[in-house]
Amino acid sequence: MKTGFRVFLAVILTLGLSWLTFVVAPAVQLGRAKLEPVLNSSDTWPIQPSGDAALGLQVYRANGCAACHTTQVRQEGVACEVVLTDAGNNPAAVSNLLSTLKLSGLTKEQADAVAARIAAAGGKTETHIVPTGADIARGWGVRGSVAADYLYDAPVPLGNLRAGPDLANVGLREPDLNWQLLHLYAPQAVVSNSAMPPFRYLFRVQKINGTTSPDALRLPKNFAPPAGYEVVPTPAARELAAYLLSLKADAPLYEAPFTPAIAKP
Amino acid sequence: MNRTEHFPADGRGTAAAPAPAPAEISPSEMEASCRMPLLALFGGAALALVAGLALAVTASLTFHAPQLFADHPWLTYGRAQAAANDLLLYGFCIPAGLGVMLWIFVRLSGAELYLWLAAFIGANLWHLGVLVGTLAVLIGDSTGFAWLEFPRGGSVLLWAAFWLIAVSAAATFGARQNRELYPSHWFLLAALFWFPWIDATANLFLITPHPVRGVAQAVIDWWFANNLVFVWLALVGLGAAFYFLPKLSGRPLHSHFLALFACWTLMLFGAGCGIPQGAPVPAWMPAASALAAVLLMVPLAAVAVITWKTVRGSTAICKGGPLSYIKLGTALFLLSGLMLVAEACPQISRVVEFTWFGPAQTQLQILGFFVIVMCGAIYELLPRVTGVEWPFPKFIRLQYWLFLCGVALTVLLLAAGGVEQGWKLRNAATPFADSVAAALPFLRAETVGLLLVLIGALLFAANIFAMTLRWKLALLKSALAAVKTPLQTAEVES
Repeated sequence: MKTGFRVFLAVILTLGLSWLTFVVAPAVQLGRAKLEPVLNSSDTWPIQPSGDAALGLQVYRANGCAACHTTQVRQEGVACEVVLTDAGNNPAAVSNLLSTLKLSGLTKEQADAVAARIAAAGGKTETHIVPTGADIARGWGVRGSVAADYLYDAPVPLGNLRAGPDLANVGLREPDLNWQLLHLYAPQAVVSNSAMPPFRYLFRVQKINGTTSPDALRLPKNFAPPAGYEVVPTPAARELAAYLLSLKADAPLYEAPFTPAIAKP
Repeated sequence: MNRTEHFPADGRGTAAAPAPAPAEISPSEMEASCRMPLLALFGGAALALVAGLALAVTASLTFHAPQLFADHPWLTYGRAQAAANDLLLYGFCIPAGLGVMLWIFVRLSGAELYLWLAAFIGANLWHLGVLVGTLAVLIGDSTGFAWLEFPRGGSVLLWAAFWLIAVSAAATFGARQNRELYPSHWFLLAALFWFPWIDATANLFLITPHPVRGVAQAVIDWWFANNLVFVWLALVGLGAAFYFLPKLSGRPLHSHFLALFACWTLMLFGAGCGIPQGAPVPAWMPAASALAAVLLMVPLAAVAVITWKTVRGSTAICKGGPLSYIKLGTALFLLSGLMLVAEACPQISRVVEFTWFGPAQTQLQILGFFVIVMCGAIYELLPRVTGVEWPFPKFIRLQYWLFLCGVALTVLLLAAGGVEQGWKLRNAATPFADSVAAALPFLRAETVGLLLVLIGALLFAANIFAMTLRWKLALLKSALAAVKTPLQTAEVES
């Protein structure tokens, strides 16, 4: 590189290659993504967030929640699980057979073989698809996160540090609005050893005027305001809670299949 | 290829080019021409370094007492930590890097600093942009993209400021008397082209009313962050190191060819890193990034060989002086690069992804490598530029040890805490709270490391501001002396 122009050319070549690979190609491939069909359903994914939830994402952004929380679940693999649905005419034989077989953590071929043996004994089975991985075993999601989950988000708050738990499915884990608000106001009131800072500035302590406000938080004694006062959430706190409740990635997709649990009647 | 190519000469005449330029100026005039812009760049940078570290210490107090800032939105962890990072990167690293770049261009060109006023205005505009951006982050107006938190107002100011400084740098570069480029030229020029490209891309794709959709945002942000925090800092830091290492150790740079090779491969492979392995994006992106990261071992090895062969056997005394800073900083760059490669290996990333190991690498890159190299360079060049000696020379050595201990403590604690946390996260039977509890003692001890670095930064700022004051006093004295000189009697009588 003998002249400044040659250095310029070197930059064009190297940074240009990287720019085409990691800016243009993703913008073309992901930037044109459309709603995806949900498996075995006529629904599409993702669900458009409510107005409050969309505003709540901006509260999440403004307060830098992504500094400590990720919203992405890692999946390491997928396994099959054989589930008995009908023991057939000879339940004793089927149950004897079941006690000798490994029914979960199987490959597709193993699952087919197991299903064939149970069928030969007269039982009926279903084969379920079960995603695997530490995050999923921890109960942070039913499947790994995929690009489609974030189609409506701007900014996309993926995060890169788990100083706090992953929030990709916090709306499934803690679906109670009051729990969410209480946890924002005083995390240690609901999770005793939590290291999360309280977000008291998203709430207002006000004098009770005659009757208590219907919005007032029901706080444990240690965290309650002085007598005659109550704690009510500001709009920002409500929006943030609405956003957290909207965080659920529970639809099976072509690129992230799983067998949804069906509520037992 | 003659010996002068390996050795950073003052740009004036090699044997082949006697350079009888009529505009030739003395070295002291060359140095004096960069006074105003450099003092503006370094003064603001020193302030930002202190402010950024103070904010980082404040943010880390949250790990000692979570409820500390419960009623103070602007100091909540998510905002204070982001503002601290931005102050260190945009407030210190970039202006300090640009200042050192201007000075090296002046020295290598053997000319005065061209368009110094543009650089001076650019320096002040840059600091204004950082101030506006940081305040915006603290009041909750961050964009939410890591390392790109400044909203439009701040980033437009930074953009304009960068061009003003770049124009001055390019004009000075163009005026060089020895047309042959020295290795530092490649690294620094590449950095000069690099920043506008990545900054414009990130701002135009992300900080607009209609950004790209979905995770493409995250991918572009990772690309930007890696190209700024790893590649840009590496280009400027190594460009400076390859100038000062030969100069201070009195030995020529090991090899022109190896430096060229390191520059090319660093740009080629470094620019491809940065996409995390577990990211919810099409699989080819993390895979391509992991490949680039493994190949990054090539430039790292080249830099190690160049540095080792250049300083080995040098008899220069460097007890805590600028040469120690630059040798230490270069060594820490190699460590930081190795950590980046480790993070991209699937087996390792499965444990350390989403843990404090990532912040440890960033701290090492910024505080360990870049800040230390820049402080060493500034300690060497500023006395020449101002013509004033350092007011507190003992602080230089003290700061070296404070930085060494502080950075080692911070990075080792974060990395160890990250691995510990990662093992606990891997095992689904361990409750999540245990993984938090495992990292907490490390994070609390890290506050001490940050405090040590903060004290070092205070010494640095004290030296710079006392020197600026001395220089201004000297100016004032000479002005006063000129006023007080009695008129020549012969002139009065006539």
